[in-house]
Amino acid sequence: MNTLFDKIWDSHVVQRVDGGLEQLYIDRLYCHEVTSPQAFDGLRHRGIRCFRPERIICMPDHNIPTTGQESPILDPVSKKQVDTLSSNAAEFGLTHFGVMHKHNGIVHVVGPEKGLSLPGMTIVCGDSHTSTHGAVGAVAFGIGTSEVEMVLASQCVLQQKPKSMRITVEGPLGKGVTAKDIALYLMSEISTSGATGYFVEYSGSAVRALSMEGRLTLCNLSIEMGARGGFVAPDETTFNYMKGKEYAPKGEDWDKAVAQWRNLKSDEDAVFDKELFFDATLIEPMVTFGTNPGAGIPITGFIPQGYSAKSLSYMNFHEGERMIGKPVDYVFLGACTNGRIEDFRNFASIVKGRHKAPGVVAWLVPGSWAVRRQIEEEGLDRVLMEAGFEIRQPGCSACLAMNEDRVPPGKYCVSTSNRNFEGRQGPGSRTILASPLTAAAAAVTGVITDPRGLS
Amino acid sequence: MKQRFDIVESSCVPLPIDNIDTDQIIPARFLKATTRDERFFGENLFRDWRFRPDGSPDPSFVLNDPRFKGDILVAGKNFGCGSSREHAAWAIAGFGFKVVISSSFADIHKNNELNNFVLPVVVSEAFLSDLFRSIADDPSTIVRVDVPSQTVTNLATGARESFDLNPYKKYCLMNALDDIDFLLLQSDKIETFEKDRYEIINR
Repeated sequence: MNTLFDKIWDSHVVQRVDGGLEQLYIDRLYCHEVTSPQAFDGLRHRGIRCFRPERIICMPDHNIPTTGQESPILDPVSKKQVDTLSSNAAEFGLTHFGVMHKHNGIVHVVGPEKGLSLPGMTIVCGDSHTSTHGAVGAVAFGIGTSEVEMVLASQCVLQQKPKSMRITVEGPLGKGVTAKDIALYLMSEISTSGATGYFVEYSGSAVRALSMEGRLTLCNLSIEMGARGGFVAPDETTFNYMKGKEYAPKGEDWDKAVAQWRNLKSDEDAVFDKELFFDATLIEPMVTFGTNPGAGIPITGFIPQGYSAKSLSYMNFHEGERMIGKPVDYVFLGACTNGRIEDFRNFASIVKGRHKAPGVVAWLVPGSWAVRRQIEEEGLDRVLMEAGFEIRQPGCSACLAMNEDRVPPGKYCVSTSNRNFEGRQGPGSRTILASPLTAAAAAVTGVITDPRGLS
Repeated sequence: MKQRFDIVESSCVPLPIDNIDTDQIIPARFLKATTRDERFFGENLFRDWRFRPDGSPDPSFVLNDPRFKGDILVAGKNFGCGSSREHAAWAIAGFGFKVVISSSFADIHKNNELNNFVLPVVVSEAFLSDLFRSIADDPSTIVRVDVPSQTVTNLATGARESFDLNPYKKYCLMNALDDIDFLLLQSDKIETFEKDRYEIINR
């Protein structure tokens, strides 16, 4: 009568510490350049090495420019942080996919697509969106830099075991409704702290029907509901996706692994600390109007009464206004939320045969070099170019504006990323979160537009 | 930084806003530092709320109001949501706060505070709104946070609550020990775990 969360978590407990904390063994640690330098400094300060270097993968993603990666990074502070990751990886003997490496990209895009994140694993990274990797059927969660140092030093973290929650979404998704819309809908229903203290298992026919890319988007946004992480039990969709991936098991090992992965599911009589049920047919394409991801409404809706006046003033929106028709200055397709091949296919499906609206600046940023190569293989680059868009080089980009891709003060950006916090895309920037379909509709019309009327 | 926790008794800085995310606590552009310079992060705590775009202090923000100072930050619910950046905890510590009181914290940020010897104290909604009222009435309102007895007292009203604190974490806070000190002593147990698990997976 165990949940899948219990099964994976409990099988990784090295010991219980007095007071109820558990020492959890970590199968995979990812390091990016922003949250790791102080952790490596800690090792040097203590005079110790990494305990299991073979379990650790490093790659820069947050700071890197999305054009001209062939040349040195111009911002000296960003360059230093990226160089520091490279030298730390070399000093401690860790795998490093540096800038322009064929495997480089956003850590949460690269891990699953290379088969580095596998079903049944425990996975951590100094990044809240580590929840993304849960889509492969893993227990994956974000940690702070002190905890990164713990994993570097011991391959373990001390954690209070979160409670378990199951979110079931049943029914077929309507036209133009994607995994992103499911997640924005869930947040609008339960708020950005609705799952605080919990680990979420997503289930139900609407979740099962999602592609791997869709599941990665859904799990990515678990943290925006406050959850430590979220996952989907592995199934044929997972196995088909994983088969043949660079770092996934091969041959006999593959067969053995799949046989074990088939056991990774919650028991029929498993008891969750909390269960929530949602009807997929009620979900429409979603957009946000406020300054946290829980402020979502159906694209056809009106800004509700009683929302934080501070937020509405920041957005320069007013109660009772429609979102449709609001002008858009920037469009961002990318991030660990929506920077995968399916997202580019969706975006291209709307802009095909149309043209980018004059005055809109569009950043199309693949989540990895592998995604960019596939865009080219599928000929999507031509479709996008003919519609007036260019494809940039991979990185986190305008999701948090640590590189040059910054939305200017007061400008509106329809963004496929994960956070619409004040200043998230640059000081004073105003973010409207949406799916790649809705972002594409805004990009070709210059205003918030229902994508269902365009396809 | 590592410090021994016992009793903190101080006036407070009130921030009665819900869902304060770590992007507000320390904006992303300040995350490029490669060292753990708490002073630098402290100087940029709540940067875009504290300073106007031209760099001048915004007098309407509480950290620029000389009436409010102290070791305790009191904030609305779901404090520290969003990004896992530990820089947020470094900024809070670097500014000089030892305790943050709220009715709820985001999980990752709560751990980050504890790992930096900043104590997150979870109180009831009623205690929190009562405390905000006390501070608004009298900015010199003193709050006493007693770690050994795990109690928090609003000395203006006498309202008192106990708060949760994991016994292991309490021991660490009271003795200035961190988790790495503990984990480094566990390598035998970790190696045994790895061996046993390898056998289970490969049987």
